[in-house]
Amino acid sequence: MRFDGTEDYVATDDLKVAVNAAMTLRRPLLVKGEPGTGKTVLAYEIAKAMGTPLIEWNVKSTTKAHQGLYEYDAVARLRDGQLGDERVHDISNYIRKGKLWEAFTAPELPVLLIDEIDKADIEFPNDLLQELDRMEFHVYETKETIKAAERPIVIITSNNEKELPDAFLRRCFFHYIKFPDRETMQEIINVHFPDIQGILVKRAMDIFYDVRDVPGLKKKPSTSELLDWLKLILNEDMPLEALQSKDSSKAIPPLHGALLKNEQDVMLFERLAFMAKREAR
Amino acid sequence: MFFNFMDELRAAGITASLKEHLVLLEALEKDVIERNPEEFYYLSRATFVKDEGLLDRFDQVFSKVFKGIETSYGLQEEDIPLDWLKAVAEKYLSEEEMEKINSLGSWEEIMETLKERLEEQQKRHEGGSKWIGTGGTSPYGNSGYNPEGVRIGGEGGQKKAIKVWDKREFQNLDNSKLLGTRNIKVALRRLRKFAREGAADELDIDRTINGTAKKGWLDIHMRAERHNAVKLLLFLDVGGSMDPFIKLCEELFSAATSEFKNLEFFYFHNCPYEGVWKDNRRRFSERTNMWDILHKYGHDYKLIFVGDASMSPYEITHPGGSVEHFNEEAGVTWMQRLTNTYPAAAWLNPVPEKQWGYSQSVKIIRELMNDRMYPLTVDGLSDAMKQLTRKQG
Repeated sequence: MRFDGTEDYVATDDLKVAVNAAMTLRRPLLVKGEPGTGKTVLAYEIAKAMGTPLIEWNVKSTTKAHQGLYEYDAVARLRDGQLGDERVHDISNYIRKGKLWEAFTAPELPVLLIDEIDKADIEFPNDLLQELDRMEFHVYETKETIKAAERPIVIITSNNEKELPDAFLRRCFFHYIKFPDRETMQEIINVHFPDIQGILVKRAMDIFYDVRDVPGLKKKPSTSELLDWLKLILNEDMPLEALQSKDSSKAIPPLHGALLKNEQDVMLFERLAFMAKREAR
Repeated sequence: MFFNFMDELRAAGITASLKEHLVLLEALEKDVIERNPEEFYYLSRATFVKDEGLLDRFDQVFSKVFKGIETSYGLQEEDIPLDWLKAVAEKYLSEEEMEKINSLGSWEEIMETLKERLEEQQKRHEGGSKWIGTGGTSPYGNSGYNPEGVRIGGEGGQKKAIKVWDKREFQNLDNSKLLGTRNIKVALRRLRKFAREGAADELDIDRTINGTAKKGWLDIHMRAERHNAVKLLLFLDVGGSMDPFIKLCEELFSAATSEFKNLEFFYFHNCPYEGVWKDNRRRFSERTNMWDILHKYGHDYKLIFVGDASMSPYEITHPGGSVEHFNEEAGVTWMQRLTNTYPAAAWLNPVPEKQWGYSQSVKIIRELMNDRMYPLTVDGLSDAMKQLTRKQG
């Protein structure tokens, strides 16, 4: 079982090694990187390449670790108790399986994606240490132990909003998806837009990397934004000249809404354009 | 096998443990990788490095161990931007000297000469002048660049070059720096306690079950959803006498930004006046008017100052006392406005508590803060947070 990227996903060599190590040893793979560099997509693609189901656990700021294991629905039981339902005598009727439980007991070996683990409370990763390490946990209500027959492939993504505890990190493989260089970016574009004009891509990438280099941007555009932007340009049938104009007074790239996601950034560009105009005069 | 590698990693500050070492060996045994150096490099990187900030250091160690090349990790490299160096070069080297060095053609030599020049400069101006102020250790002192010295030398005429150096000193606190911030975060979590407020729209199961058992009918209790509603205004003193505490402040800042969603931060120097700023590199061009802050952020914001409060008393008590500009209203006026607008306030002081008594300005600030000054330690932080959560009357 090896992962070599897919036709929709360009994986660099170091990423492949990290994924393969995590898959062979069945240890979680922690993926970090700038937003939009394809952290979450990686899990989709691994599942697709392996032909296995993907179980997604999207973590929010209110997510608790035990929600991934199971939840005991006390309210439903209370209601059934009031109504005199027979089900009330068996507590296991009110245990709701969480994503980890699902992954542990799935008939087919799944890929489990724990997305944006840093969004949750600071203790969240610590609460999952044993569960991810031994791939088993205990259900107190029914006194049974759920153990994974085969350890699932676990992919964890983080946006670095919170620091993760050392003990948790020790149990993972780590990969940092760095922002793709021009060559890799070219490959990525080729994968997504196989019949795009070469010169258009070149010009668009020039503009894109220029925009990224502007100091003081609140949110630098990322790979996914470049792809959106290209899609827009293709859709609009934008003439090549519009991108090619070296006229400094047009410092704002066409259809900039796809690249700049923040009104301060747009304003910054407008100011730059204004200054360029004034200088040209 | 590879024990040397692990030792070197640990020496370089990458916390490699036996566990990771065993994982690496297991992976090798299971033939995860093709047997070539690149793949081995990738594999060991994925195993040992858990923080992208350490990737570069890992590369250096790797090349040292497996290629036998000496590295200089541990020695911090000074990354001084080229144009700053040039600005200084223009200041301290005469044209002929520049020519001479250029003809020698070595950048290192230029650096050397510069260093000597600056060291001289520093010695000549030690002690005395008010511009040295309370500034003690400079983070760049070890390499012989002393910005304070530069500031003295340049009074008059060449202000531009000075500011460049000054700005070097006031580096933005890097909130991506996440080292050792865990215990600070735990202390900051005290501020979350009373976050369960607002509309009651969540079922309180414990109380519902209790009530139902007691009354015999379904007795629903609701409660407000738990969320961190705390709003924070953070004012950070930067530069000058705060230099020794840069790391500490960075840690606090990084912990605070990740812990609180409603956090606004501003920088000031020594004492807050009519203008503060958000970006130290543009501190002279992009200032935020203090009135705007007072009007924009409501009374429910909690105010935290971080600063050593060590300055000349005039900087607080007199108009025009600021060392940087002419302030029309005294610092004390602004401090009072701030504490009046934000009843919940605290001043965190990185200077050890037992030294507070020696400084007149610390006493004044402490009085202005109604004694709500706390040392910037984990305990002090906990006390400060406890105080902030109290009902302000």
